[in-house]
Amino acid sequence: MKPTSRAFKANARHALGDPNLQRAMVNLRTGFAERRAHAVAQLPEWEELREQAVAIKKDTLAHLDFYLEAFEQKVIANGGQVHWCRDAAEANETVLAICRHLGATTVTKGKSMIGEEMGVNDHLEANGITPIETDLGEYIIQIRHEPPSHIIAPAVHLVKEQIAQSFRETHRDLDAARPLNDSRQMCDEARAILRPRFLAADVGITGANFLVAETGSSIIVTNEGNGDLTQTLPKAHIVLASLEKVVPTLEDAATILRLLARSATGQEFSSYTTVLTGPRRRDDADGPGEYHVVLLDNGRSALLGGEFEDMLRCIRCAACLNHCPVYRAIGGQSYGWVYPGPMGSVLTPSLIGIEQAGNLPNASTFCGQCESVCPMKIPLPKMMRHWREREFQRHLPPRAYRLGLAVWGFFARRPALYRHVADAGARVLGYVGRGRGRFRALPFAAGWTRTRDMPAPEGRSFMSLWTERQGQRKSR
Amino acid sequence: MTEKPRVALFVTCLVDLFRPSVGFAAVKLLEDAGCAVEVPRLQSCCGQPAYNSGDRKSAQAIARTVIAAFAGFDYVVVPSGSCAGMIKVHYPALFADDPASADDARELAARTHELISFLVDVMKVEGVTARYDGVATYHDSCSGLRELGVKAQPRKLLASVAGLTLKEMRDCEVCCGFGGTFAIKYSDISDKIVEEKTGNIRASGADTLLAGDMGCLLNMAGKLERAGDRTKVRHIAEVLAGVAGPALGEPEGGA
Repeated sequence: MKPTSRAFKANARHALGDPNLQRAMVNLRTGFAERRAHAVAQLPEWEELREQAVAIKKDTLAHLDFYLEAFEQKVIANGGQVHWCRDAAEANETVLAICRHLGATTVTKGKSMIGEEMGVNDHLEANGITPIETDLGEYIIQIRHEPPSHIIAPAVHLVKEQIAQSFRETHRDLDAARPLNDSRQMCDEARAILRPRFLAADVGITGANFLVAETGSSIIVTNEGNGDLTQTLPKAHIVLASLEKVVPTLEDAATILRLLARSATGQEFSSYTTVLTGPRRRDDADGPGEYHVVLLDNGRSALLGGEFEDMLRCIRCAACLNHCPVYRAIGGQSYGWVYPGPMGSVLTPSLIGIEQAGNLPNASTFCGQCESVCPMKIPLPKMMRHWREREFQRHLPPRAYRLGLAVWGFFARRPALYRHVADAGARVLGYVGRGRGRFRALPFAAGWTRTRDMPAPEGRSFMSLWTERQGQRKSR
Repeated sequence: MTEKPRVALFVTCLVDLFRPSVGFAAVKLLEDAGCAVEVPRLQSCCGQPAYNSGDRKSAQAIARTVIAAFAGFDYVVVPSGSCAGMIKVHYPALFADDPASADDARELAARTHELISFLVDVMKVEGVTARYDGVATYHDSCSGLRELGVKAQPRKLLASVAGLTLKEMRDCEVCCGFGGTFAIKYSDISDKIVEEKTGNIRASGADTLLAGDMGCLLNMAGKLERAGDRTKVRHIAEVLAGVAGPALGEPEGGA
């Protein structure tokens, strides 16, 4: 996926003016944030559970090589294969080679953010293989040729009328007069379309919520069961996973699973939590013929031991997106790459570079909601600030902004001088603004006063008034 | 009776520039609570704009002047959760690469408090004697709430104000969209967020909006005023101290 993060501001403006998107985003609060709050309130041990989960991930990341190799050994022992891939290109070639080896023409896909990161659909299509998304949200954006706007609800930016229209345009052999008014009807239609495709697919590709070192298993959680059909029916199952998905034991996975669904959708548990361990054995009733794990690094190992390592604890629950006022205002596509919202604002610059993604860590009010709801206690605002520091060191922010900051910093470092400037400013602005009590336009804050007034100062600085009122009281 | 604690007021640049009456209200509240209040002359800003813009060096330089100016007081009190959070939470982190300054920063952080939580948690103030005839709603500013745990303290003191009814708005803990330089750099997004906020303020039915941070107050007041809304916007210290000049954005002599 070609990043458009540089155009973040223009993307955001477009999103702010999109009435459908604005209508759809209202559902985020009732659909996710309120349900999460309810689920968390039901669990007295929530904070303790967070601590446990953080400890598990910290230990895993401290010994990542060990756990990954242990995982690989188990996968091999179970009859599967692990493919270590440095970047998206290697991962795409690996997937294509497996598909070609099996003579695959169609591939079903469960939802995978790593697949989005790789752009695996485009790569398969370019090589004559048809990928079919089977998660309803992913299916919708696939037929609309759009990138996902959310990491667990990829079509959350759409309203159902838009989806109905896309269904009518895509499913042309169905009765044009059929009703498509509610989500039930659309769900049924998608199910009817997808069912034969599951059966016909040669290869199934899924993501993974966890890789379990102890057993060599991959775990996925879904609410539609599409992941199960994707991974058990075809000749081969390919798991796309990044390095940090590994946990030491099944018990560790179970601990983090208790946080995952509650944080994501407010469910105690997702409808389906599927543990898949290797290809079908001789006595198994079903299962894939081959089991491949494509293990993607794509820049993650470089984060180990640095100031962004904590980001590798992320379990992709999307609670930070759902609670972010910026995300809620502009939706996920504005961020211009695979991962939106606060977690994306930290991760994206690590993966595609701060030159491309500089807007993302800057477009935050640092309200701290993301960190407070993050089940893995990732200090997202702190890491966005680290990106701003790196940007600043490289003189990437606009010249006018850096100049303004330098002038302000010059005075702020010299309080004796600052006092006079502040008093002069308060007097001038107070004098000019006292008639109305506020400004409708200010040249140095035009962005602000385009849509908001600026209350006028009272007319004197506190420090000058205080000094006056204290008379000649001796200063410190 | 033990000696009065020596309290230094960190005025904050927005109170200094925009609303000195909040500074005087803070002094009154602190004196009423039994503190000996001083205002160190050599103060400007806490350095947050530099810190949040990635200019760590400038932020460190400014923090060093603050640490020097506020040495020796029993407490440092700030009429802003955001600036108090900067000193209390971020100064120690700011000097991670400078152990000597980090010790000074931690020492200052331990003595530093946001105004309202200081009154309730440290000075054990149970109530105030002020009167305010109106229905108020209170916005929980982000840093005060999430970095410092300022939540119950303002409500406790507001409950003691004669004539005042508190009506909670929906999503009182959601950001107002100010975010310091964010409001200028990403003004379109900031505006959308504050539009949500002012919608909730209006829906609460309150005639007065209160909060503990000037930045958020300027933002919300500016949006309400542009929409022609007559909700009065004030810093909570003004109401608790019984100071009743013009509300934010009102001309002298009232709107």
